[in-house]
Amino acid sequence: MATKYVGNRVKRTEDPRLIQGLGHYVDDIKLPDTLHVAFVRSIYGHARITGVDASAAAKAPGVVAVYTGKDIGKIGGVPCASDLPEMKKPEFLVLASNKALFVGHAIAAVVATDRYLAKDAADMIQVDYEELPAVTEEVKAAAGAPYVHEQFGTNIAYKLTAGEGDIAAAFRSSDKVIKQRILNQRLAPIAMEPRGVLARYYPGEQELTLWSSTQIPHLMRTQVALMLGMPENRLRVITPEVGGGFGSKLNVYAEEALLGWISMQLGQPVKWIESRRENFQSTIHGRAQLGDLEIGIRKDGTVTGLRYNVFADMGAYYQLLTPAIPTLTGLMLSGSYKIPAIQINVTAVFTNKMSTDAYRGAGRPEATYVVERAMDLVAAELGMDPVEVRRKNFPAPNEFPFKTATGLFYDSGDYVLALEKALKNADYKKLGEEQKKARAAGRLVGIGVSTYVEICALGPSAALPAGGWESATVRIEPTGTVTVLTGASPHGQGQETSFAQIAGDELGVSIEAVTVIHGDTSIVQYGIGTFGSRATAVGGTAVFVALQRLKEKASKLAAHLMGVDPATVKFADGRFTSGAKSMAIQEVALHAHLAKSLPEGMEPGLSATYFFEPKNFTFPFGTHICIAEVDKDTGEITLQRYIAVDDCGRVINPLLVDGQVQGGIVQALGQAFYEHVVYDENGQLLTGTLMDYALPRATNCPWMELDRTETPSPVNPLGVKGVGEAGTIGATPCLVNAVIDALAPLGVRHLDMPLKPETLWRIISGNSARSA
Amino acid sequence: MIPTPFDYIAAKSLDEAVALLGKHGEAAKILAGGHSLVPAMKLRLAQPQVLIDISRIKDLAYIREEGNSLRVGAMTTHYALESSKRVRVVSPLLAECAAAIGDVQVRNRGTIGGSVVHADPAADWPAAMIALRVEMVCAGAKGERVIKADDFFVDLLTTAIAPGEVLREIRIPLSQGRTGQSYKKVRHPASGFAVVGVAVNLGLDAAGKCANASIGVTGAAAKAFRAGGAEAALTGKPPDAAVAAAAAAKAADRQDMNSDLYASAEYRRHLVEVTARRAVLAAVGAAK
Repeated sequence: MATKYVGNRVKRTEDPRLIQGLGHYVDDIKLPDTLHVAFVRSIYGHARITGVDASAAAKAPGVVAVYTGKDIGKIGGVPCASDLPEMKKPEFLVLASNKALFVGHAIAAVVATDRYLAKDAADMIQVDYEELPAVTEEVKAAAGAPYVHEQFGTNIAYKLTAGEGDIAAAFRSSDKVIKQRILNQRLAPIAMEPRGVLARYYPGEQELTLWSSTQIPHLMRTQVALMLGMPENRLRVITPEVGGGFGSKLNVYAEEALLGWISMQLGQPVKWIESRRENFQSTIHGRAQLGDLEIGIRKDGTVTGLRYNVFADMGAYYQLLTPAIPTLTGLMLSGSYKIPAIQINVTAVFTNKMSTDAYRGAGRPEATYVVERAMDLVAAELGMDPVEVRRKNFPAPNEFPFKTATGLFYDSGDYVLALEKALKNADYKKLGEEQKKARAAGRLVGIGVSTYVEICALGPSAALPAGGWESATVRIEPTGTVTVLTGASPHGQGQETSFAQIAGDELGVSIEAVTVIHGDTSIVQYGIGTFGSRATAVGGTAVFVALQRLKEKASKLAAHLMGVDPATVKFADGRFTSGAKSMAIQEVALHAHLAKSLPEGMEPGLSATYFFEPKNFTFPFGTHICIAEVDKDTGEITLQRYIAVDDCGRVINPLLVDGQVQGGIVQALGQAFYEHVVYDENGQLLTGTLMDYALPRATNCPWMELDRTETPSPVNPLGVKGVGEAGTIGATPCLVNAVIDALAPLGVRHLDMPLKPETLWRIISGNSARSA
Repeated sequence: MIPTPFDYIAAKSLDEAVALLGKHGEAAKILAGGHSLVPAMKLRLAQPQVLIDISRIKDLAYIREEGNSLRVGAMTTHYALESSKRVRVVSPLLAECAAAIGDVQVRNRGTIGGSVVHADPAADWPAAMIALRVEMVCAGAKGERVIKADDFFVDLLTTAIAPGEVLREIRIPLSQGRTGQSYKKVRHPASGFAVVGVAVNLGLDAAGKCANASIGVTGAAAKAFRAGGAEAALTGKPPDAAVAAAAAAKAADRQDMNSDLYASAEYRRHLVEVTARRAVLAAVGAAK
C-alpha cells in the first residue's frame, strides 16, 4: 500500500479553526438560562470548619442556591482507581464540611444568574475556621503527628517495596555504592485552558449532559454516574475542544459531579469555569518525590544494583491515580540499562496540599531523572565520560525483548544507534574540546547527556485499573465520506490529523474526506481516553484494524457487484479491481447502504468497529544532549544548543512528533530551571499565580536540533511507540546534567531542581556548602 | 479572577477626570492602560467602586520636544516610546527601558503614566525616571503642579500625587554633550518584572572623565531609589572597569533590600552590584 499521508509532514487539520479562534471550548458553549457556580475554598492548609454562614449570600442579588458540605450527603466521594495493599483510603467528599485539608479545598458552592454575582455572593459567605498545624514536609509527615487524617493515626498512606534481584548482594559485590538524595519537586501542570464544566439536566428525559474539559470522557461518565447514583446510560459526557491536559485532566474531579448534581437539583444548566488561581490550588499537581538513591558500581562502570527509597507526597487526598504514580517510578528505575538488581521502597505520605497525580510522564520522568543523574554520578566518581558509562550498561539490540529487574519486557530498541546519531549531530568530540577551552578561559560551560527509555502505549488491560485497550469505529457514509470514531480523546496531540492520515492511506481517499470524531459518549463507542502516550499506538491501531475489516467487507461486496471471484479482487488507490473491472470504494459504500444487491448473509451498511488490546507496553527511547553556560556573576543559565534523537517507533506524522518532542522539552525546561509549587510551613500556597510560578517562555527556549531513529514496535501493527511524554522524560536530566557539569570544576556533583540562579551563584561565590 | 462591582466612566477631558476624582474621592481610581490596576482588581486586591477611564481623552498620548526637554503624555504606551526613532536618538534610556517591560501585548496597552503612578517596586520605569531626573506634571482641582522624580516615589505603591490629582505629563530634560545611557535588568522569570533594574545616565567631559552621573535602581527595595553613592564614586573619574565596579558596590550598599522566593536580600544586593556595573559600562560605551 502506497502511503500518501502516513510518514509525511501533514499540517494539522485542527489548526485552522483553533488559530482563527473558531474552536469551541467548554466556556464557548452557551445554553439559555445557564446559572453560574462560584466556590468558597479554604484559605488555610489545615483547619477545622466550625461554622459556615451563608445567610447573606443566599439573599444576595442573582443568587439561586447555596450548597455546603451538609447539603450534598448522597454524592459519592472523588474516585481513586488504584488500590494497593494496606493502603489508607480517605473519603474525599465533593465539599468539605468538618475540616479543610488543603488551601483551595472547596467548602461551599454558590449558584447565581451570572458569574460575577456568584463570585460576589461567595465572598459574603462567612467560614469560621480553627486553624490546625499543617503537615507539609514528606519526611516529617511520615515520622508522626500532626496528622492530615486523624482517623488513621499516621500520615503514611501506604508503603510498598518492589523490584527483583538480590540488592544486598549486588551492593556487596560492587566496588562502590554511591548515595545521593534527589528531589523531584512538586509541579503544576498549568494547561492553557483551565478546567471547566457545563451541566444540563433534562428532568423529563432524566438525562444529564456534562460538557467537561477532560482527557477521559467515558471513564468520567462511568465514575460520575456512580458518584451521583444515576444510570450510566442517562449520562452523556462531551469534551469539546480541550486546551491541554498534561495529565491534569486525566481525572474525575469534585466539581464535575457536583455541577451535574446541582443541575439535577435546579433543573437548569449550570456552568463553572476554573480561574487560574483555582487551577493552581485545586487541579492536581505532579512529581513531589524526595528519595535516596543508592547505586552499586564496579570500577569499570558496570552497574550492579540500584535502590531508591522514596517519600512520595500524595497531598491531602487521592485523585484518580494518585497512589499509582510512584509505582510507575519503580517500574522505570532500570532506565535504558542492564541492572541486575533493583529495589524501590516507597513511603507514600499525606500532606496538607493538593493531590499529586499524573503530570506529563507520570512517575517515569521521576525515575528517569534519578537514573540519569545516577549515571552522571557514576561517571564523576570514576572519572569516566558520562557517555561511556551509559554505553557500558546498555542492553544490546539482540537482547530484546529485554527483561528488566523491575519486571518489564522492553519491546524493541537500539540504544547505541540513537546515542551515536546524537553524538554525531552534536559533534560530541568537538564539544568536549570547546568545553576545555571555555573552562581554561574561566567560563562555566557544561555538556549534558541523557539516554532515556520510557514506557508508553498504556497499556495492556492487566496493567490499568479501567482497562488498557482502545476502540475505533470506521464508516463510509452513503455519499462516500469517511467517519472515524475514536475512543481516544485528543486534546492538542493532533490525532484528528494522524488518524485521518491512516484512514486516507488505507482507503485511498483524501484526508479532507475523513472526519475524526471523539469525545462524545453518546456518539462514540466506549473508549479509555488519551494519556500515557497511548492514543496513536493503541487508539491508532484500533482505527487501523477496523479499517482492514471494513475493507474486507467492501472487497466482498465489490466482487459481488462486479460479478467476479472475490479472490481476484485487488484494492489500490481507493478502487477495487478485478481484471478489466473496477469500482471506487465510494460506489461500494453507496451500494452497501442502498442494500439492493448484497451477497447472501451480508449486513447492509459499511462500518467496522474494533477494540484493540495491546499485548505489551511500548518503550520509546533516545538520547538528548545539550550545552549550558552559567553566568559567573549572576548564576543565570544560558542554553547554547539542544540536540535530541528520539525513537518513537514508526512515525505517522513527523510534524506532530516534532511538536510533541518540542513541547516535552519545554516542559522539562520548566521543571529543570523554573517551576516549583511551594507551600509554606502552614500549608499556604506561595506560588499561586503566574506572577510567582515561572513557566518557561519562548525566549527561554533553545533552538532544538531534532532527529530520529525508527525502531518499529513489534506490539502493534503500525509499529508505533508513542511520543507524548518522551521530551519531558529525556530532557529534564539532560538539562540538569549540563548545568551540574558546568559547575563540576567547583566540585559540584548534584543539585536539586529547579536550578535557580541564586543557588548557582551561592556555589560559584563560595557562599554555600557544596552538595555531595 | 472576577472583580468586585464597579462603575465605569469614560472622561472626555482631563478637567472632567479631575472633577470626577474630586466627586468620588477614594472610591475612584483612574484607569489608564489597565495593566496594573485591572490584574489587581481581578484578584480583588483592588476594589475601586468607580473607574475613571482617561484613555479616551484627546491629547494625553504624545511625545514632543520643547526646548531642552522631551514631553511625554501620561497615556503614551510603552510601545510608542520603544518604537519612536526620535526617542532613541534624544533619550535612548527611555526607549531601552520601555523595551524591557513585560511583553509585546503589555507594551501595546500599558502606559508610562499608569506605571509610574502605580509605583510598583519592581516596575522598570521608576529607575529610568530617577536617572533621567524627570518632572511629573500633575493636574488637580487647583491647577497643575510639578513633582521631581526624586520626590515622586514615596514608598511601596505610594507616590507624591495627592488625592484628586491626575498625572498629565512627564518632562524629561535632554542631556547635552557626550552622554551615555543604559538600562539593565534581571527579569523575574514568572512576572517579567525587575528582580533588580538599574538605569544609568551619565555625561563625559572632554578628557573622558565622568562629568555627571545619575543612577536609578528599581526592584531592589520597597521603592525605586537614587544610587547617590555610586554617582559620587563616578563623578570626576575616568569611568573604567575599576571605577565602575567601585561605583556599583556603592549602589548595592544598602540594608533595605527586598527578599522573596526568587531572590534573597543578599542575592539581590549582589545583583544590584552586577547590574549597576554592567549598566555603567554600557552607558560609558554609549557615550564614547
